[in-house]
Formats: sequence, structure tokens, C-alpha cells
Amino acid sequence: MDLTIASQIARTHLLAKKRQTLVAMLGVTFGIAMFITMISFMQGVNQFLEDSALDASPHIRVYNKVNTQRSSLIDEAHPGGFNVVYHQKPKAESARLKNGLIIANRIGRQPGVLGVSPQLSTQVFYNNGPIQLSGTIAGVEIDRENQLYRLTTRLQSGNLNALKTNPDALIMGSGLARDLNVRVGDKVTVTTPTGGTRVLRVAGTFGFGISTVDNTRSYANLATVQEILQKDPSYITDIHVKMTDPLQAIPLGKQLQAMFGYHTEDWATANTAILAGEKIRNVMTFVVSFTLLVVAGFGIYNIMNMTVVNKIKDIAILKATGFDGRDIVAIFLLQAVFIGISGGLLGLGIGFGLSYLLSITPFDTGNMISLKTFPVIFAAKYYIMGLLFGVITTLLAGYFPSRKASKVDPVAILRG
Amino acid sequence: MVLSARHLNKYFYDPDTFQVLRDITFDVQAGEFMAIVGKSGCGKSTLLYLLSTMDTDYEGQIEMAGTNLTGRSQDFLAHFRNEHLGFVFQFHFLLPEFSALQNVMLPGQKLGKYPAHEIEERAMEKLRLIGMADYARKPASKLSGGQQQRVAIARALINDPTIIMGDEPTGNLDRANSENVFHIFKELASKGQTIITVTHDPDFAAGTDRIIEMSDGQIISGHENQVRQAG
Repeated sequence: MDLTIASQIARTHLLAKKRQTLVAMLGVTFGIAMFITMISFMQGVNQFLEDSALDASPHIRVYNKVNTQRSSLIDEAHPGGFNVVYHQKPKAESARLKNGLIIANRIGRQPGVLGVSPQLSTQVFYNNGPIQLSGTIAGVEIDRENQLYRLTTRLQSGNLNALKTNPDALIMGSGLARDLNVRVGDKVTVTTPTGGTRVLRVAGTFGFGISTVDNTRSYANLATVQEILQKDPSYITDIHVKMTDPLQAIPLGKQLQAMFGYHTEDWATANTAILAGEKIRNVMTFVVSFTLLVVAGFGIYNIMNMTVVNKIKDIAILKATGFDGRDIVAIFLLQAVFIGISGGLLGLGIGFGLSYLLSITPFDTGNMISLKTFPVIFAAKYYIMGLLFGVITTLLAGYFPSRKASKVDPVAILRG
Repeated sequence: MVLSARHLNKYFYDPDTFQVLRDITFDVQAGEFMAIVGKSGCGKSTLLYLLSTMDTDYEGQIEMAGTNLTGRSQDFLAHFRNEHLGFVFQFHFLLPEFSALQNVMLPGQKLGKYPAHEIEERAMEKLRLIGMADYARKPASKLSGGQQQRVAIARALINDPTIIMGDEPTGNLDRANSENVFHIFKELASKGQTIITVTHDPDFAAGTDRIIEMSDGQIISGHENQVRQAG
């Protein structure tokens, strides 16, 4: 089988029917362009949601799960007996991580750990005049926290360093600051559940783009929060850990739990809903793209079938002059492949163009500051996948008409 | 002996079983210019398509150029046709999108015996022989029926086939061109190529070396013409 003649004939056939070739090509182009646009956009959305969820939450959180359920003494003494205990009070248990700072330093030395931030987190009331809002305050070492959550990039006003120089400084979530009607420099009264009160001064505001964080959380100095709670300087309740590879967090979390006996929660467990949503979107993207490609494939199949019917005399002549079945298959399959590759490449270009346009389209998300345009990912693997899909579809769509062509009986045609 | 047909039987099954060819046996010598004549429906075209190796649904034995062709694979037969057989058909001639020259070149390119430029030279030479050199670059679809038929003859000659077969090869040609083709065939035959044509034209048949006359699927007479050249 000589591919040069086959390709020469294929080229002539394609050029002879430029309009038909173009229509077949555009079918593939449209399918691939939509595939590229959709997958780039969907993956962009996935990535954005995952990022924003992961950015605002630690890869691993180590904390002391205060367990209110405990068996009564009588249950322990007579297990299985008919024991009735009314109104058992929970055991007075502190949320403290014993030796928390030492544990944090040890975790920091584990391989693959990007940063560790020990912190003291508590529920508080924020008061500004008549406004009372509940939220949380996290006492942190601001440099370590910044390393974990890149707070500098999320700062909307003020300065992080104020926390180092001023013990009464407070970095507040943007939504919370808005609801309290405070700006940088304003004072806010913070009241803890245990009754401690302190007036803090807003030194900055941040926004993660997640309302549950932005509307409730503030950062203050670890020492300041310890002071409000009247605790000693080693009192911490949480250790946040970030990894270089988020996937490593899951085994490490289990390992830490076994090592230190404290409860650990990894990002995957904390964000199950987001990850499930991601899976659903992925499936949707592939189903829609696949449908588009199948439709394009049927288009090619139809056009190739028509071509074979139109060229049935030519096929008979070629066979009579010594071209065998494989030559004929090659002639028509090459046409399909050409349509697939050129249509596919054009589709990649258009898909890239559409994704680019989408990525610069302004997208108003209200107070979600981290998103100014639609999130779109440009990744080579989607383009390779798209082209591969396109070529495979056209190969399949071209194969059956080609096989039909190779089975043409020249005698039946040439006898007339 | 370049062709031998032994006891060929052929049936059509649709709509009813019908025997088209009955026990056809004959030999053809190298350099013979032979005509198959007969009334419409006598089976002469069917016989030609059997000899052309394109129709493989028959009983009997066909041997050409020392090769047994009965029961061979389609690919083998295609290659054999390419190398040893040249065809001129009655109605269907050329690939319409290609130029006359490309049409002539295609079987040569398929055979791949010569480099591309040499195939082109040879194709031009064949077109010149048939008086179509001036039209070499024209698309086949722009040529008249007669011109197309002449180009088809040039195409049949490109690989210097052992046997040239024609189904009414001069059917669409005027007298002058008919005679031209006849002389070309005559000359090729004198150089050792074998020519088998099915024809209605009594003048054309009369000039050949040998006529096989068919009726009802049988050979009723196979006589040599007196004008047969020596050798």
C-alpha cells in the first residue's frame, strides 16, 4: 500500500468539494471548541472553589475534641446493669493542646510540611456601640499565619505588621468590619464567652472571598487572646498545617493523630461537599463534550458516506486499475483524518479564543473580591485531550464508510 | 500462451438462477489481437469481466501470464491487474477531479516500478500516442466522451500490460479516432502485447487477428482472420 498516491487522491477529493469538506470540518471544530471552552471553564471553577476552600482552611487542623459524652461512674462500675443517671454534667475539660507549641514545632520539622501555625481560637462577641455580632477570634503568630494563608495578598486595607507592634491590634474580616461599620483605626469591644472583655483597634481588613470566613473571623496576637481568656502563654487550641502537596495531608493527618493523640481533620474531610461538587462537574463536562463530539462524528460519518456513494464509479475504476481494498480504505480514511485534524486544530484555536474571552469577561461577585473575571484554566493537557478525542471520533466515523468503499464490487458498477 | 480459460461456467442468481456462460474454453497466444462478438446478452461482457479478474464468482479455471488466477485473494488479483492488465471500459472512464495526465499516471504510481518523473514522461508519451497530449493538463471532467475514452486507452497502456482488455473501447469514438485506436492496438499486438476486446463494430472486429463469436453463453465459432500478420 502506497500512502503517497492514496493521500494524493484523498487531497484531490477534499479539494474538489471544498464546501462539503468545510462543513464536515466545522462539525469537529465546533465540538472541540466547545469541549475546550467547557473543560477550561469547569476546571477553572473547580480549581477556584478548591483553592478558595483550601486557601481559607488548613490542610490539617489538629485540635482537642472536647467530648461531652462520657460514661457515668456507675456505668463503669456495673457495666450492663440497669443504671439511671440524671443530668450528668460534662467533665470540665479544657480545649487546650498540651505542649501545643512543642507539638507545632515538631510537626514543622516533618517532611513535606510547608508551614505550621499554632493558634488560640475562641468564640467572641464584637461590640461597636449598639451593634453586637458573634464571631471567632484567632490569636496567632502573624508571620506563621501569613505563611500559611498568604494574608498579605488578601489584605484589603491596613497593615499586617501592626499586629507585631501593637498588642491591641486586630485584623478583621471585611464582611465583619462592614457589618460592624468599622474601618482601620476604629475601636471594637471584644467579649469572650468566659466574660473577658477588651477593646481592640482595627489595624486591617482581609477578604478570602468566602463569606463564612470574612463575616466572622478576626486575627489578633496570640498573647493578646491568651490574656483576654486569662490563660498562660503556652495555651493554644489549634494547630494549622499546610503541606507542599495537599494529597500528603491525608496520611500525615492520620499519623499525627496517632502520634499526639489529638483529633486531626484534613482538608478533604472538611470540604467533602466541594470535592463532591467537583466530581459532578467533571462528569457533566465530559458527558456534554462527548455528546458534542458524537454529534460531530455522525456529521462526518454522513458526509463520508455521501462521498463514498458519489465516488462509487471512481472506486470501481481505481479497483479495476489495480488499487486494492487497503488503498481504498486509506483514501477515504485519510480524508476523514484530515477533516478530523484540521477541524480539531481549528477547534483548539477557537476554543482557546473563547476561553480567553471568558477569562477576561468581568464577573461581578459582590464582595467576593478574589474573583474579578470568570475563572478559566489554560492547560496543555485539555488541548491534547481535545485533539485526541477529535481524531479518534473522525477515525471511527471515517472507518465505516471507508470499509464500505473498499467492499464496492467494481463489476456491478462498471457493467452499468 | 498468455491466457487460458478452462470450462468457465457462470450463473446469475437474481431474480432466478440463470446460466450466463456455458463451458467456455479457449486459449489466447501472446501478441494476439482478439475480438469477442455476439448479440446483446450473449454473455460476452460477462466473459470479459471474468477474464478481467474482477468477477471471481465462477466455475472453471483461468490462467494468465503463467499465473493461475482462480481462487486468489482480492488483493493478489488487484496487484495482478495493476501489473498485467489494462482496461478500457464502455461508459466509465476517468476520475473527474484529476487531469488527463494524472489519470494516466495513477496506475503507474500504484505499481511504483518507475520514479515519479519517469512515470510522467511515460504518461505523456502514451497520451501523445493517442493524440491527447495537448489535453494532458485539462481536468478529466472538462473532456468530451470521446476524449475521455482516448485518455482511458492511454491509461490502460501505462504499465505496458501483458493483456489489454476493452469493453467497446471505440464505442464513443468517431471513425477517424476509431481507426487510430485500431492501429495503435494493432501495433501493440505486433510488439507482443495481447489485446482482447468486446465489440459490436463489425469493421473493427474484421480487422482483428481472431474473432470469438458467442451466443447464449457459448462460443459458437472461433475463427482466425485471414489478415493475420506473420509471427
